[in-house]
Amino acid sequence: MTKDNHPLLSVRNLKTYFFQDEGTVKAVDGASFDVFPGKTLGIVGESGCGKSVTAQSILRIVDAPGKIVEGTITLTRANGNQVELTQLQPDSQEMRDIRGAEIGLVFQEPMTSFSPVHTVGDQITEAIQLHMNVTKLEARKRGIEALRSVGIPKPERRIDEYAFELSGGLRQRAMIAVALSCSPRLLIADEPTTALDVTTQAQILDLLRTLQQQNQMAIMLITHNLGVVAEMCDDVVVMYLGRVVEQGTVDDIFHSSKHPYTKALLSSIPSIEMESRVKLPTITGSIPHPYARPAGCPFYPRCERFMEGVCDKQEPTLLAVSDKQKVSCFLYQK
Amino acid sequence: MSEKTLPQDSVKTTVAEEKIAVATQWQLMWWRFRKHKLAMIGVVVLILFYLVVACVDFLAYADPNESDAQRGLIAPQTIEWFDNGEFKPYVHPLKGTRDPKTFKRVYVPDMDTKLPIVFFGPGFSYKFLGLIETDRHLFSVEGADAYKTLFLFGTDVQGRDIWSRLIYGTQTSLTIGLVSVALSLLLGVTLGGMSGYYGGVFDTFIQRIIEILRSIPTIPLWMGLTAALPNDWNVTQVYFAITIIISLIGWTELARVVRGRFLSLRQDDFVMAAELLGCSKARIIFRHMVPSFVSHIIAATTLAIPAMIISETSLSFLGLGLRPPAISWGVLLQDAQNVQALAISPWLLIPVLPVIVAVLAFNFTGDGLRDAADPYG
Amino acid sequence: MIAYMVRRILLALLTIWMITILSFIIIQLPPGDFVDTYANTMSAGGTGITQAEKDALREQYGINQPMYVQYLKWMGLIMQGNFGMAIEWGRPVLDVIGDRLMLTIVISLAAIVFTWALALPIGIYSAVKRYSFLDYLFTFVGFIGLAIPGFMLALIVMYVGFSYFGSNIGGLFSADYAEAPWSMEKVWDLIQHLPVPAIVLGVSGTAQMIRIMRSNLLDELRKPYVMTARARGLAESRVIMKYPVRVALNPFISTIGYLLPYVVSGSIIVSMVLSLPTVGPLLLKSLVAQDMFLAGTIVLLLGVLTVIGTLISDLLLMWVDPRIRLGRQ
Ligand SMILES: Nc1ncnc2c1ncn2[C@@H]1O[C@H](COP(=O)(O)OP(=O)(O)OP(=O)(O)O)[C@@H](O)[C@H]1O
Ligand SMILES: [Mg+2]
Repeated sequence: MTKDNHPLLSVRNLKTYFFQDEGTVKAVDGASFDVFPGKTLGIVGESGCGKSVTAQSILRIVDAPGKIVEGTITLTRANGNQVELTQLQPDSQEMRDIRGAEIGLVFQEPMTSFSPVHTVGDQITEAIQLHMNVTKLEARKRGIEALRSVGIPKPERRIDEYAFELSGGLRQRAMIAVALSCSPRLLIADEPTTALDVTTQAQILDLLRTLQQQNQMAIMLITHNLGVVAEMCDDVVVMYLGRVVEQGTVDDIFHSSKHPYTKALLSSIPSIEMESRVKLPTITGSIPHPYARPAGCPFYPRCERFMEGVCDKQEPTLLAVSDKQKVSCFLYQK
Repeated sequence: MSEKTLPQDSVKTTVAEEKIAVATQWQLMWWRFRKHKLAMIGVVVLILFYLVVACVDFLAYADPNESDAQRGLIAPQTIEWFDNGEFKPYVHPLKGTRDPKTFKRVYVPDMDTKLPIVFFGPGFSYKFLGLIETDRHLFSVEGADAYKTLFLFGTDVQGRDIWSRLIYGTQTSLTIGLVSVALSLLLGVTLGGMSGYYGGVFDTFIQRIIEILRSIPTIPLWMGLTAALPNDWNVTQVYFAITIIISLIGWTELARVVRGRFLSLRQDDFVMAAELLGCSKARIIFRHMVPSFVSHIIAATTLAIPAMIISETSLSFLGLGLRPPAISWGVLLQDAQNVQALAISPWLLIPVLPVIVAVLAFNFTGDGLRDAADPYG
Repeated sequence: MIAYMVRRILLALLTIWMITILSFIIIQLPPGDFVDTYANTMSAGGTGITQAEKDALREQYGINQPMYVQYLKWMGLIMQGNFGMAIEWGRPVLDVIGDRLMLTIVISLAAIVFTWALALPIGIYSAVKRYSFLDYLFTFVGFIGLAIPGFMLALIVMYVGFSYFGSNIGGLFSADYAEAPWSMEKVWDLIQHLPVPAIVLGVSGTAQMIRIMRSNLLDELRKPYVMTARARGLAESRVIMKYPVRVALNPFISTIGYLLPYVVSGSIIVSMVLSLPTVGPLLLKSLVAQDMFLAGTIVLLLGVLTVIGTLISDLLLMWVDPRIRLGRQ
């Protein structure tokens, strides 16, 4: 959080586009943010705003026809060297060393994130053997440990089971175990709890926090649950249509949010004080068609404070409004 | 994904979007289909094929069944396209003699005489499209009978003109494909549709039948059934018997597709909405379900035709399908069964080409239709 | 898993039962009482049979009794291994069929091996390198392969072999071994003759299998587990071969249920052209001669063997796929 602290990962003006016959989907369109060691960065935004694609871009595993067209992703490696991930070949040795070993990814869909015809153990020990130079037996031991550490009961049995034999919660834990098995310095957790019931959700978040404190790991937590953000994160990035519209500390975002979109998002979460059975305010309109983004500020068609002739003509840029808070809105520019 | 791509209520939409939004289902499909180049080629080829089917008598210049031992196994004739630098196709008449040593018939062109080929010239008379009496043919020969002098694709052992036979064979084979597929479609849509719409025991029963039919080798079955057709049946009777036998075994794939569409439609929200709004079942079926899967059925039907054509061709080739004097691609290929004969007269293999081209064209078109009907399937 | 197995075996039995009915229909189809046909052909061949023998036959097959009785009697005889007499040969049907059934299966299996050996790598390549030049090429060649019926390909191959290499490339044995008893040399001779029929029979199946493998693999490549495997740091080739290919392999192999009948079917007619000593030419001959016991038995045995082959492969596949083995679905 502190500026003098060196960021572990620094993303600047990242643009990832999908080039399709029907048109180009600008899934990420100029995102910038930093992740600091030992801290948790929350990334929030509506479905389809490019959160997962951002995560995939960092790991360089964006599916064809997606391509990083612009921007930099700078990672400080364990040995202190800085590498520019966008300059590496996706299948290069260095990139593969980073994947899994330095950056772990917990994928959005726990149901299908494991191969249906390989055991969980097969997939865990594979990662361990690949990155840690240990024997098969040792890898299996560590795999069992990893499963135990995420709170899976009877890990020595579970390791030989298939993912479809595990419950949703266990599967998500196993997914986290795989991501953590090589003690990465950055964990990207893409909606790690969406598929789970509230109790399990809380357990998994607790688990992430504990593991973070143990290893000084940085976490990039992708979610659309603002409650989770309030509970877990130090910093928050709000994305809309592939762009960062506002970023700052949790306090900034929750108590003095600036961007109309952030405000609308916040007003749509229920709170205990609220009268029950009152219809929650929703953001009017829906996300524009991915091929046809509006010119100007991407949010203006739905914005309550739309200024004719300004918002639909020029694009706002992300500018600091205070020490740590930045916002991309004409209301705060000039 | 889907709710992201539907721009129903975004405040402003672009022109392009509006165009997509107002386009009907059929227009959208046509746009997608048009992009499929091979499919477009396929359609053009099929149109040409069915033009041939419609105009057989115009395209043929000889009676396909008139044999003449004096003209046996003539090789395809060389056509001279230019006469003194002028476009004026002609052929040299052939004179058949017997090789004194091998006693085989050989044909020598008489280089001194030129027989000009005339387009739209007179020949045997027929009714064009079954209506208009005429004697015009695509090809005829000036100053001679075309069937005695013109041998575009050569002749078979009995001296029958292969070009003309091929034209008539095309008519038979391509219509047999259509008729059998129509019968299959009837069976497939009825059984598959009921299976998919009502589900339950009936569905299970039909599914088992389909599974069973698909796990039995079909050709031996077909052979067994066709061999039992009485010998004294005439060409038309055999023709219909064959179509029925082919379609009796070939409906399963169509039924599978129809059932699948019914199942997925049954789950679709709009049917549910219609049901909630109190539409009757029949109305649901005809107003909502039929248009949305007609496209799939058309695609599946197009893809089923080649199998029908190949079945007929195979059976006739074995001598168990259509029998002479009926002419079909399979009947024509019977002449090519003997390797020695083939080595001497390779033009007997010519009927292989239209089979391959027609099957390709149906496959390309069907693939394009399927992609157009369901871009995500 | 047990439930799946039971279901699968029941279905196979049901299918076999259907096949017996169809074969029975084929035997019954030609007009007239087949005992008479039989007697006439036999006496034409010089080995006449007496009225008593005729009556015995009538009794044995329940002629003049209701259809279902005839069917049951026929089934009963088959269960005892009595498939009747082949009229033209005057010998028991099984005798006449002899090795031919086995050779049909051998050729069909060889064609399937060829099909897989070619379709698998090409399918994988086409899916991974989608829209590459070679993908387009394979797709196009596949389309053509699909459009050529086996017997036409056989005709073309025969013609080319005969007129350019001057040899008849049909047959399954060299002249020396055709009538010889089985020996290692004869087997070796057979293996040397297998490639041509296997390829001719396999081509259109290969084209279909390539398309199936390609689209299966394309489906799998999109699944999240592939991305998670990449995220673990595996090399791309390893990711693809270990995960999506392995998963796509199951439905690919299970297409044998549809490939086997298809190839067996094709072998009948291809055998005619390549003059292979399979049941194909025999079936045609028997049908033309209206020797219905022989024809019906061939249809029956071919069908049953195909069903059994499919059943075995399904059960094996079930064992390989943990999703089925552990009782999901
Ligand atoms: N493989 C792909 N091909 C084409 N477009 C894609 C692909 N993956 C993602 N997109 C598009 O990129 C955009 C951003 O997708 P992304 O998955 O990053 O959204 P998200 O913010 O993670 O949403 P969610 O909350 O639903 O997970 C979407 O419009 C999506 O349609
Ligand atoms: Mg996502």
